[in-house]
Amino acid sequence: MPLKLVPDNTNIGFVKLRFIAFAVTLLLTIGAAALLATRGLNLGVDFVGGLTMQVEFEKAPELDRLRERVNRVGVGDAALQEFGNDRTILVRLPLPEGDDGAVQRVVGKVRTALEKDYAGVKFARVESVSGKVSDELIRDGLWAVGLSMLFVALFTWFRFEWYFGVSTVVALVHDVVVTLGFFSLTWLEFDLNIVAAVLTIIGYSLNDKVVIDDRIRENLRKYRQMDIRQIIDLSVNETLPRTVMTSVTLLAALLALLFLGPEVIFGFTAAMVLGIIIGTYSSIFVSSSLLISLGVKTRAAPVENQRTKGAERVS
Amino acid sequence: MLDFPKWKIWSIWLTIAICTVLALPNALSEQTLASLPAGVPKSQLPLGLDLRGGSHLMLEATPTDVEKAKLEALEDTVRGELRAAEGGAIAVNDLSLTGGRLRFAVGDATRTDQAITILNKVTAPLGLGAAREVDVARGPVPGQIILTPTRAGIDAAVDGAMAQAVEVVRKRIDELGTREPTIVRQGKTRIIVQVPGLQDPQALKALIGKTAKLEFKLVDVGADPAEVAQGRAPPGSQILPSNEGGAVVVKRRAIISGDQLVDAQVSTDQNGAPAVSFRFDSTGGRRFAQATTENVGRPFAIILDGTVISAPNINEPILGGSGIISGSYTVATANELAILLRSGKLPVDLKVVEERTVGPDLGADSIRAGVIASIVSVIAVAVLMIVTYGRFGVYACIALVINVIMIVGIMSAAGFTLTLPGIAGMVLTIGAAVDANVLINERIREEQRKGRGVVASVETGFREATRTIWDANSLNIIVAIIMFLFGSGPIKGFAVVLSIGIATSVFTAVTVVRLMASRWLAAARPAALSI
Repeated sequence: MPLKLVPDNTNIGFVKLRFIAFAVTLLLTIGAAALLATRGLNLGVDFVGGLTMQVEFEKAPELDRLRERVNRVGVGDAALQEFGNDRTILVRLPLPEGDDGAVQRVVGKVRTALEKDYAGVKFARVESVSGKVSDELIRDGLWAVGLSMLFVALFTWFRFEWYFGVSTVVALVHDVVVTLGFFSLTWLEFDLNIVAAVLTIIGYSLNDKVVIDDRIRENLRKYRQMDIRQIIDLSVNETLPRTVMTSVTLLAALLALLFLGPEVIFGFTAAMVLGIIIGTYSSIFVSSSLLISLGVKTRAAPVENQRTKGAERVS
Repeated sequence: MLDFPKWKIWSIWLTIAICTVLALPNALSEQTLASLPAGVPKSQLPLGLDLRGGSHLMLEATPTDVEKAKLEALEDTVRGELRAAEGGAIAVNDLSLTGGRLRFAVGDATRTDQAITILNKVTAPLGLGAAREVDVARGPVPGQIILTPTRAGIDAAVDGAMAQAVEVVRKRIDELGTREPTIVRQGKTRIIVQVPGLQDPQALKALIGKTAKLEFKLVDVGADPAEVAQGRAPPGSQILPSNEGGAVVVKRRAIISGDQLVDAQVSTDQNGAPAVSFRFDSTGGRRFAQATTENVGRPFAIILDGTVISAPNINEPILGGSGIISGSYTVATANELAILLRSGKLPVDLKVVEERTVGPDLGADSIRAGVIASIVSVIAVAVLMIVTYGRFGVYACIALVINVIMIVGIMSAAGFTLTLPGIAGMVLTIGAAVDANVLINERIREEQRKGRGVVASVETGFREATRTIWDANSLNIIVAIIMFLFGSGPIKGFAVVLSIGIATSVFTAVTVVRLMASRWLAAARPAALSI
């Protein structure tokens, strides 16, 4: 007997739960937005300029001593962060004043200082981004996210109807804001790779919503007399096994990447894991129920006895 | 729906076979590849610097430098052309290069029109329909002429300078002897340099960061030291800082420039200290011989990037067309200068605005961790799919393997680079492929529950699910294309894999699985389907 993550013919009243879901969604979104507004994001050098050095020591260095040593070089306050293990330290330094060449000089100074004091120190990765370039990267990132959303809305409008476009984009904005809120909360570094992750979350969450929207449209055609609430409940329930199976499979793959994969993509995979959970939630509870609030109509007015007929089919 | 014409089956297998052949070089060692006959695909999937280690630099030129250089070149043109004017040289006075324009006064105001005609002719656009690069106009004062480079002229100059800069950078990096550097122009004023395997980019940056403009000018021995001390040079001369401290007054006009060098090598001077010897081409050699003959007994200055390196006396005419630059050099700095002189001067200053260096160990660690994680991911997905969908789960897994082979094959053949975000993108397309199969199989289950027969269920399942899969994936393609167009660096690498992966995953998850399912249905004619 094949495994079934979701039993056959579920009949969960998602629509009835929509006010609770809206409240939860609103709370999450406001909470995340508040976090973003007050605490902000731990923006990586990609976005604020400056430099990051991933330094590997032979044995775990004392962070205070290391910080003091780097500060003594006189190139600004260093922010230190362990990266994967206690022998690998990320050293972040602010963008030095002056011309673009100043960044390069700072790297040289710190390298010389650390090589003298710590035997066998290795600079595994050095990244420096000038302020001008980081401004462009921010601009490009915002454009990419904004345009994706716009095209998604247009496509769903064109392929379905306008309420699908609106409900999808509302749910997507929620997904993005909550993901960003997570980065604000955990203080994981937010860099270009995370922007790629956010775009992927948009793509994935979209996939989920299109599958359900597709089913709603199919059922709207099939059961012309059925009440819209029932159509939505029916469609979400019918697609539930698929929604859960896909999410679980992807989560299994991503968790392997999260715990076994390279440190460099930890932030990326963490964002993806969260995004899949949030996206699945918003597909089931938010976007389809939102259609009712937006006033999506069946072709004919709901009739009492038709409603019973529809209910029979579901159970 | 489940009927496959012969040609379709063949083209599906052919597509898979071609991609497998394209992916195959990745499984072979370099020696094996080298021994393969010509015509066999040999290109392996190029790995990004984040995976193999190396240095990535983004260099930027300031367009104002180019504008300045263009004005300086214009000055040479103006002086040269007017000196050669018909009816005797036209004197050029009070020449200034401020505010992005060139201003000067004609010595004899009655010849202003002649001067303008000459300048209009030499700055006339080349070719039909080409825009004017310089506007020549009369100034407010009689006899004054103003030359203003036009927007089109500046753009053309920047473009030419950048193209030339890329070549110079390439020459300099080739001198370092590094393996397969990538040097490409990006946008209007940027150059991306990627050198795989380079651990410490200091030497590289030292080479790229210097303009290496070499000039030979006569020292102005007649300058009044009191005036010079106040920073005022006599007309036609300029004050330049010296490497040996202090400043030297030199004539503005260069006797000869580094453009005429054909070779530069490390050698030693008469005291045995490291120095750089150089050789001029034949015209350069003649000019050098002439200038040194005319100026025996006077000093001349060797100037590099606006700083006087040395100012030796001309003891006797230098006729051989070669010379030596000595100063306080070590072997390393002399070698660096020789490389710079050999590769020619950069037409613009380049600044490093972005640097990313990954050590090879880190790259290797990332690959190892990435590979282990990917294997575990694939096993997890396969177990879940097979346990859930049985035979159709096995089909889905076969399709997944084909999918990965196809992505690798296409990327190898097209020469796209695989980066770390690219691997993440691959995992995601595997997700898309899994989802497509889940959609199909769940739909088949549903149809079966409705009491349909095996063949009808499978047929409806594929038909209905395919529509949804197309909807969802066209949206994902849109997102991937936007990422590719607007994203930079890592996002682009991710978008490339995602776009290819979406296409191949729809092909494998829908078409290939359907083919396998239909063959099985036709051969086994099962009465019931366990799914």
